[in-house]
Amino acid sequence: MIALILKRLVATAFVMAFVAFFVFGLLHLAPGDPAAVIAGDIATKEDIERIRATLGLDLPFHTQFLNWLGAIMQGDLGTSIFSGRPVSELILQRVEPTLALTTTTILLSVVVAIPLGIAAAWRAGSWIDRTMMGFAVLGFSVPVFVFAYLLIMVFAAQLKLVPVMGYVSPFKDLGGFLRAIALPTVALGVTYVALIARITRASMLEAINQDYIRTAHAKGLGIVPILFRHALRNASVPIVTTVGIGIALLIGGVVVTESVFAIPGLGRLTADSILRRDYPIVQGVILIFSGIYVLINLTIDIIYILVDPRIRY
Amino acid sequence: MDQQRLIDVRDLRVQFPVEGGVVKAVDGVSWHIDRGETLAIVGESGSGKSVSALSLLRLTELGGGRIVSGEIEFRRKSGAVVDMVQQPLPVLRDIRGNEISMIFQEPMTSLNPVFTIGFQIVEAIRLHQGKSRREADELALEMLNLVRMPEAEKRLDEYPHQLSGGMRQRAMIAMSLACRPALLIADEPTTALDVTIQAQILDLIKTLQREIGMAVLFITHDMGVVAEMADRVVVMYRGEKVEEGPVEEIFHAPQHPYTKALLDAVPRLGAMRGQPLPMKFPNLEYGRDASEPATAAKPAADAAPRPADAGPLLEVDGLVTRFPVGGGLLGKPKAAIHAVENISFSLGVGETLALVGESGCGKSTTARTILRLQEPTRGRVVFGGRDITKLGRGAMESVRRQMQMIFQDPFASLNPRLSVADLIGEPLRIHNLASGKALQDRVADLLRRVGLGPEHARRYPHEFSGGQRQRICIARALALNPNLIVADEAVSALDVSIQAQIVNLMLDLQAEFGISYLFVSHDLAVVERISHRVAVMYLGQIVELGPRAAVFEDPRHPYTRKLMSAVPVADPRQRRTDLRLMTDEIPSPLKPWGFEPETLPLEEVSPGHFVMPH
Amino acid sequence: MAIDTSAPSAGAMARVGQAMRWLRRHPTVLAGLVILLTVTLMAVFAPLFTIYDPQRLDPLQRLKPPSAEHWFGTDQLGRDVFARTVYGSRVSLIVGFTVAAFACIVGLVIGLVSGFIRVLDPVVMRIMDGLMAIPAILLAIAIVGITRSSIWAVVIAVTIPEVPRVVRLVRAIVLTLREQLFVDAAVSLGAKLPRILFVHVMPNTMAPLIVQATYVCASAIIIEAILSFLGAGTPPAIPSWGNMMAEGRTYVLVGWWLLLFPGLLLSLVVLAVNLLGDGLRETLDPRLRRSTNNE
Repeated sequence: MIALILKRLVATAFVMAFVAFFVFGLLHLAPGDPAAVIAGDIATKEDIERIRATLGLDLPFHTQFLNWLGAIMQGDLGTSIFSGRPVSELILQRVEPTLALTTTTILLSVVVAIPLGIAAAWRAGSWIDRTMMGFAVLGFSVPVFVFAYLLIMVFAAQLKLVPVMGYVSPFKDLGGFLRAIALPTVALGVTYVALIARITRASMLEAINQDYIRTAHAKGLGIVPILFRHALRNASVPIVTTVGIGIALLIGGVVVTESVFAIPGLGRLTADSILRRDYPIVQGVILIFSGIYVLINLTIDIIYILVDPRIRY
Repeated sequence: MDQQRLIDVRDLRVQFPVEGGVVKAVDGVSWHIDRGETLAIVGESGSGKSVSALSLLRLTELGGGRIVSGEIEFRRKSGAVVDMVQQPLPVLRDIRGNEISMIFQEPMTSLNPVFTIGFQIVEAIRLHQGKSRREADELALEMLNLVRMPEAEKRLDEYPHQLSGGMRQRAMIAMSLACRPALLIADEPTTALDVTIQAQILDLIKTLQREIGMAVLFITHDMGVVAEMADRVVVMYRGEKVEEGPVEEIFHAPQHPYTKALLDAVPRLGAMRGQPLPMKFPNLEYGRDASEPATAAKPAADAAPRPADAGPLLEVDGLVTRFPVGGGLLGKPKAAIHAVENISFSLGVGETLALVGESGCGKSTTARTILRLQEPTRGRVVFGGRDITKLGRGAMESVRRQMQMIFQDPFASLNPRLSVADLIGEPLRIHNLASGKALQDRVADLLRRVGLGPEHARRYPHEFSGGQRQRICIARALALNPNLIVADEAVSALDVSIQAQIVNLMLDLQAEFGISYLFVSHDLAVVERISHRVAVMYLGQIVELGPRAAVFEDPRHPYTRKLMSAVPVADPRQRRTDLRLMTDEIPSPLKPWGFEPETLPLEEVSPGHFVMPH
Repeated sequence: MAIDTSAPSAGAMARVGQAMRWLRRHPTVLAGLVILLTVTLMAVFAPLFTIYDPQRLDPLQRLKPPSAEHWFGTDQLGRDVFARTVYGSRVSLIVGFTVAAFACIVGLVIGLVSGFIRVLDPVVMRIMDGLMAIPAILLAIAIVGITRSSIWAVVIAVTIPEVPRVVRLVRAIVLTLREQLFVDAAVSLGAKLPRILFVHVMPNTMAPLIVQATYVCASAIIIEAILSFLGAGTPPAIPSWGNMMAEGRTYVLVGWWLLLFPGLLLSLVVLAVNLLGDGLRETLDPRLRRSTNNE
């Protein structure tokens, strides 16, 4: 068991090393000379050379990579080209709204999607199932920003139930926070709900068709313990795994949702930085998001190694 | 209803909706079971025997089956007689697992893998008996002891995957008997188990039946098990009951032609006594032409005459195959599965040598190693005069023209995307032996040889039945005119009637082409029919090797004897009366890395009959 | 005894009839096909569908709501939204189809190599894991960022995050196929590696790969739209549904038609592709088939 966890840790380290290398490579390949940008319009060639030397840009590629990696380990993600401030500082300022949005979305999605998926699997082929599957396909098909604007047009512009955009911190005004976060959460959650509901249905359906469910029926158990105790326990591995993998989808959606609803989070920072061609920030955010994603999935894997009786060694 | 009557099924019809119609799985069947009685429903696949059993508890509904008519009257513990077909779900749930219990074919998949054995037994107890947690725990332990579970207390906290197949079935039985049901439905409960474990479980069910005083409904395809277990027998064929009667009558005075045909196709251990050579099954073909009179069994005359002095075609010498277990990128493996442990034998031209043994004894690995689908750890395989274990890829491919393999699962061994013509023609194409018209003719010829027609050539594997698929596999194996065919459980997955046909076909082909067979099987009765010589394997080693008649009529090694006595004989008059409540398991072939077992040379006890010293 | 009867085999004509009957029983797939064909025709023969030039400015006709003259209204520069929506379909379809094709071909090759050449497998899979660890949209953004903005840059940027998914699928199938008895049977017949690969393994990966291609196509269309919406996609000069919505977002409260029509078309096309994929999967995926007819 410990060997299995160690194996996962080593694999994760390799994955993160590749991500770091990839991100650094992109930074390196990005057009425009950071030294020239920092030096400004009136700088001479010598000025630029001097800045390049202080930034270590004249060193060979692998030395630069190692220096960069060392800096990251100490929390230094570089400097924004646009504002000249440290990337890590800019990112820290923007963490709260993003964390709030993703948390509400994950909670809402899981609470809605899993019962839906179970109901659909239980009554496979019925109208409940077909309706749910229909909504799931729609949820996959309507892009986040299209759905977001539909919500704005109906609930904010026409019905005026909630503000069109903006963000309120829950620590300042909880009611305001909930009203402001409602539409973004729903918009961001739709695809995620569709994803989780579908995998829940599929893995529950597979579990329900197993012999041990027939045994449970033959024992005289009712439908509730059969579904929620016997089937769900077995179906939970793919469901939880998908919740974890789906976070990648969610992160992509965050960038768009925050941009649409003008939420000052990490996603908005990314979108703005793309328009300003502020690559150090883009790379920093990618690195952070990928790291979080990998860590969450590593945690899920390890929990399963610890909990699932079928995994031996 | 008669006071002694426990369950009375009348005119039961169960249908499954399929695209464009219904399948009549059970079509107007009636039977009954009295208190304490054992009724066996016997039939081949598709006969509706399992559906009959599941419909008693209305479990057919899980698979979409519908009881369209009929009554299932059941006398409850309270004495009230209820029609199961009409009962609402809450009443059914009260009966399920409480008054009628069920055990299934696959104990591994029938137990929930994520819960402990103890939890699953306690769940059934608490559901029906309103006991406290502690009382239920105590009863669960009592039940495990009742089913003679080794180290019962420890098993409560174990998960199904930690138990052997036999122990899992014991746990299933403990769970289903916890509420002392009036009726136990056993749906092929021993089919997935080894023959020695099967004997244990059958004896256990008989003992418990006596102790608890319950009735048993036994569903099986195995006439040997029927003869061993049943008081009365119902024979089913394609959804209908063709015959019913006391077990003695069914076996000794069958009335219906299907029952007769079924009994003729059943290989009976001991049927070949005094008959040194392989022998075909009497060629009865019920369903094709039921009116055709049965032809008598034709023995040695049309079986292969064994060339006396031809040198051996295949010689296996000190073969060892091990699979490393554990250990990762770093370090050496922790342990090894000793699948094949220093075995030696030879196989003559036109001869059939059977490798028999229970699961995990290494018989299949031996077969795969000889064909080098698996590389040996050491040892020699001499085929046609040269050691093929050292051959390079190219040389091996030309050797493969002369040795072919037939697998247990014919469907899985045929690429579903190729037509029969492509499948059978494949070996000819690979070795550039024929093309165009010549290839077509050869395929048509091969199809004829195995009893199929040239019109089958354009079809795909899924359009055929199991027996036909195995014929296709045999045709493919024959394409290169091989000297040796390795048949790995080639008839084990087939219904007995089809099994008999394939065995006959193999014997015909051997007579015609002088092919040698290495026949790998767990089924002693089939082995007795088909082989000239037999090697009994246990834990990777050959414990007994000799002419078939000698090994079967005078088994010397204790394991061979145990194996022989465990096979249920398809004759109720030879039923075993001494119930042996053994619980011994087959030891694990997993050994620490670097372990070298001591292997003793076989001793010759009579001409050609070798036994491992014990 | 119970001897083998066999089903009649189907001829070519019967197959077509079978397909038609199948479509009739799957109205959603039929709807998907119809939508997709219509939009494809619209993209190819765009000038036949509208008399307006999508680029022509008309300062007198700015921000007009839908009317008989301008079916989808006009935008802030007076351009006809219907014409721009029709022409915008080209970007989505080109990106969707080419990414699906590229990702599946590249993924198939890498997946086969990884599944068959054991030494390369761990390395390849770690790289794929790494690519999958970067959320698809961010990865695409990063790649577009280092190139000059063009539709081909977008195609490449969207293909790269899709490849690992195809690789994992193909590799998983190859690994199960390698354990199949019919592959053992082929080896025992003397078949060499190329034959095993091209006759026994590859054809069996095709059905799931086709299904996967539809999902890749749908996902690629969405990612392209998002890139364009964020300003990291196709150049503004080429109308695409994503950049139309990006330009219209400022007018969400006064010019809903600027966002609604491209958004609707975009969703409709993705929906059509997804419906097609689900229908194919239901028919081609043996695992799904088994779970529907048990016992």
